[in-house]
Amino acid sequence: MIHLTDDTIVALSTPTGSGAIGVIRLSGNKAFEIAAQLMPNAKLLAAKSHSANFGKLYSPKGELLDEVVATIFKGPRSYTSQDIVEISCHGSAFIIKQILDACLELGARLAQPGEFTMRAYLNGKLDLAQAEAVADLIAAESAGAHALALDQLRGGVSERIAELREKLIDVASLLELELDFGEEDVEFADRTQLNDLLTSSIKMIEELVNSFSLGNAIKEGISTVLAGRPNAGKSTLLNTLLDDDRAIVSDIAGTTRDTIEELLIINGLTFRLIDTAGIRDAADTIEALGVQRSLEKIETGAIVLYLIDITETNPKEAAADILKLNLQKQKLLVLLNKIDQANSLQIDQFKSLENTYTTIHLSAQSKDDIARLKQHLIKTIEGADALHKRTIITNQRHVDALRRTLVALETARNGLAMQLPSDLVALDLRAALNSLGEITGAITADDLLGSIFGRFCIGK
Amino acid sequence: MFPTYDVIVVGGGHAGAEAAAAAARLGSKVCLVTMNMQTIAQMSCNPAMGGVAKGQIVREIDALGGMSGIVSDRSTLQFRLLNKSKGPAMWSPRSQNDRMMFAAEWRELLEQMPNVDFWQEMATGIIVKDGRACGVRTGIGQEIPAKAVILTNGTFLNGLIHIGEKQFGGGRAGERASTGITEQLLELGFESARMKTGTPPRVDGRTLDWSVMEVQHGDEGEGRFSYLDIKQPEKRLPCHITYTNKAVHEILKTGFDRSPMFNGRIRGLGPRYCPSIEDKIERFADRDRHQLFVEPEGFNTCEIYVNGFSSSLPEDVQYKAMRLIPGFENAKMFRPGYAIEYDFFQPTQLNATLETHLVKGLYFAGQINGTTGYEEAACQGMMAGINAHRKINEHDPFVLKRSEAYIGVLIDDLINKGTTEPYRMFTSRAEYRILLRQDNADVRLTRKAADIGMADMDERLDRLKTKEELAEQLDSLTKKMSVTPDQVNGYLTSIGSQPLKQGVKLRSVLARPHVSLEGLRAVLPELDTVLQGQTQELIDHAEVNIKYEGYIHREVEQAEKLERLEAVRLSPEFDYIGLSGLSNEAREKLTALKPMTIGQASRISGVSPSDVSVLLVHIGR
Repeated sequence: MIHLTDDTIVALSTPTGSGAIGVIRLSGNKAFEIAAQLMPNAKLLAAKSHSANFGKLYSPKGELLDEVVATIFKGPRSYTSQDIVEISCHGSAFIIKQILDACLELGARLAQPGEFTMRAYLNGKLDLAQAEAVADLIAAESAGAHALALDQLRGGVSERIAELREKLIDVASLLELELDFGEEDVEFADRTQLNDLLTSSIKMIEELVNSFSLGNAIKEGISTVLAGRPNAGKSTLLNTLLDDDRAIVSDIAGTTRDTIEELLIINGLTFRLIDTAGIRDAADTIEALGVQRSLEKIETGAIVLYLIDITETNPKEAAADILKLNLQKQKLLVLLNKIDQANSLQIDQFKSLENTYTTIHLSAQSKDDIARLKQHLIKTIEGADALHKRTIITNQRHVDALRRTLVALETARNGLAMQLPSDLVALDLRAALNSLGEITGAITADDLLGSIFGRFCIGK
Repeated sequence: MFPTYDVIVVGGGHAGAEAAAAAARLGSKVCLVTMNMQTIAQMSCNPAMGGVAKGQIVREIDALGGMSGIVSDRSTLQFRLLNKSKGPAMWSPRSQNDRMMFAAEWRELLEQMPNVDFWQEMATGIIVKDGRACGVRTGIGQEIPAKAVILTNGTFLNGLIHIGEKQFGGGRAGERASTGITEQLLELGFESARMKTGTPPRVDGRTLDWSVMEVQHGDEGEGRFSYLDIKQPEKRLPCHITYTNKAVHEILKTGFDRSPMFNGRIRGLGPRYCPSIEDKIERFADRDRHQLFVEPEGFNTCEIYVNGFSSSLPEDVQYKAMRLIPGFENAKMFRPGYAIEYDFFQPTQLNATLETHLVKGLYFAGQINGTTGYEEAACQGMMAGINAHRKINEHDPFVLKRSEAYIGVLIDDLINKGTTEPYRMFTSRAEYRILLRQDNADVRLTRKAADIGMADMDERLDRLKTKEELAEQLDSLTKKMSVTPDQVNGYLTSIGSQPLKQGVKLRSVLARPHVSLEGLRAVLPELDTVLQGQTQELIDHAEVNIKYEGYIHREVEQAEKLERLEAVRLSPEFDYIGLSGLSNEAREKLTALKPMTIGQASRISGVSPSDVSVLLVHIGR
């Protein structure tokens, strides 16, 4: 629960661990007071906003803790709109802890995750889209999600949505022009023009909505299920991919009785690797449960890596096994494992599979083969290579609002086609503006009128 | 020399006249203080009432028992229902009026009200005791005591008229400005600013060549504003249309260096939607002509209003340019156009009853609030009159919601957002356009006015009942009655609608675009019997209710959703400063504007949804 108050919060703003410097941030009505007490000789209370002030920092008991630089931001010209002090100290964990303790002793409290940003939002410094992006940034687990969150924060989504907003204001003001100023001597948009504008807006929203599944995958990690018969080498593959001994590996078939999840980051994309129990008609109940769970995981996966030990498996049985997986929209990569132990006859037997599926020959223990596999994984994610160029919606709230905007626009377009009176079409357009406004902030009558007066000569 | 009045109204324009009438018709003793009794209810600018959104307002005023609709009908020289080709929300009544007849009718109506006294003099100050308005002071030093005061000063407060490089004090052409009130209000802590508006030249109709202009006639038949049967003048007059041209623009440009608009002498903000001709030429340089409406000022005068040619250029430039307009080659001018600057008070200083936050019992209505237009002024006057009466009788405020009336939209916008240019009503300002139609203003409002004791509402209530009965009758008939392909396919094909394959309910046929009750009654005798003897107005209303049922229902639902926030009341003493979690801007705005409900708070610019959540959290929702 976020406290909606002005009290002073403090937190280390740089990552924990030792860097060269650490930045401790104070925000709230006592920020200056506390900093001034810590640095009695730096005259912080008289310092100008946005000034950096060097000085010695003492504990409340008077022990010298560090030499630091305190940067002063007077509200409302600060990130949170409150008074902020950022203390840059030496990056030792010990010093940082001492300074944080000193702040707490003088009346600050530790900030909760995202609390600076929540204040910035509550004080109108960020729009909701930006604030949510910051929240996502905090939770970002990988470079990909990080880039995405940053992109959104910098206005990637905001800009794209702003463009869309302009477009909709454009259409709506053309309609309103016809309604409120029908008696004026101006040229009104014809239906084709309105229809074209609507169609291009609809296309733009569709792209944004479609980007959500990719965006979400990037944020949450793309679920990648390792499947195959017992002892096909799934856990070995997982370990080589992750480069550690996460899964218990043994030669005894059925070692992995439950599913195991690990995160694998390739080129900034997160894959949620899910190792599963080998699928066979299980002999004991516990293993049967594991098999059942494996099938469930496969069903919800985005990518299935199906491993086949080509030294042990008959290609016809392998093909039958794959069919039994009953894959629908999952992307399948068939991994022909133990290539290093196989003879050419065994390799050739699997030619028929290669014609039907994307297959990769590999040895689960070979780093080179694994590097190739990683390239294939990246390729299976459509648009992933263009990740940094595209605007991607990652937020459930945004996509909901966009979907409602889309529905309203489609209704408006149908209305136009049915030659409904324009005030009725305008009704749907307004619903679209309201939905989009949930992301961008309200779109008001003044926005429409401003657009009309800016473009048309109104007034008898 | 004076009794203690219940309500004093300062100013006798559209706002003042409606304010006096409303308070008097509720039972208050009213004194109308005006600088000149000969100019009560002047149409200072164009001789017309209504138009898109404005026409709906006149209908609302009428439905509430105001007078503007009646006066307009009695003085109409042309009537049109605009936007008839669009949906019913857009149908907008507009009339051209005989300017002198309009003013005379208004004065006569006011004189017939025994509760209205008149006093002709300039009001120069308000008597304020203990933060309450209790009368006005006049130019010759009279003090008139009252329990409430309504200021409707129009453009008169420190009015300054500009024609070219000349400028002189005045509230309207030929009338002096009013001084003293602004200065006193500033001392009391009010904030004022300047606004600007303008008016075109008036010309001698005898010198115009009508043959080269397009004629624009009004509608056939009797359109009207009032829900009552008001006798209208029988004669109708047309308007004419002509256009400026490049030569006209070139001449006008020669005066730009002497234009008070362009040389910075006018500092007030003008309306973007009612620009002067020089503004239009400057801002839309690519257009080589602008449309002008040539409108008669009355039945018995040759004075003509040149709509679209508003200007504050030097009079010789106006004259020279005008004579290059087709039809105006030999035109003689009665008076040039001019611009006028005047004081207004940012309406965020008012609450929803139009009473000021600073002085209890003091109300502002009309252009003093930064609005423009007779209709906008008139409805504010009426609402201020009603609320002043209710306040001194300790009744609840009479406030209309945004979903109930354009009047509600107007006042809500003014008090919550303020305005940076003269505020005019547009239908796009209303969220619930489909609900706020000209055909149902009486359904929306007449009972409300009757409930608060407005006089002479019986006939209105009777007519409303008849109207609603027919609507209900048709509603159930169209639900019950089935029609066969045989009966209606001839009609349907004739209007380009798909013929029926099997029998369906009448309602589903009526729901189709272009299908009307008028068309159906010709082929359905049973329907014709019901419609027999009913006026077109009543039939139209019933038809709209059925045809647009889905849309109406949708807006009603949306309005009801937001209604919940309107129901959460906020005390004017609420301490926003001490409320943590509010943004600083919201804190300031809420403290200054003192919203009556959470709904109103949510519409104040600078109050974000998160501020509203914070408010809701604090009052325990």
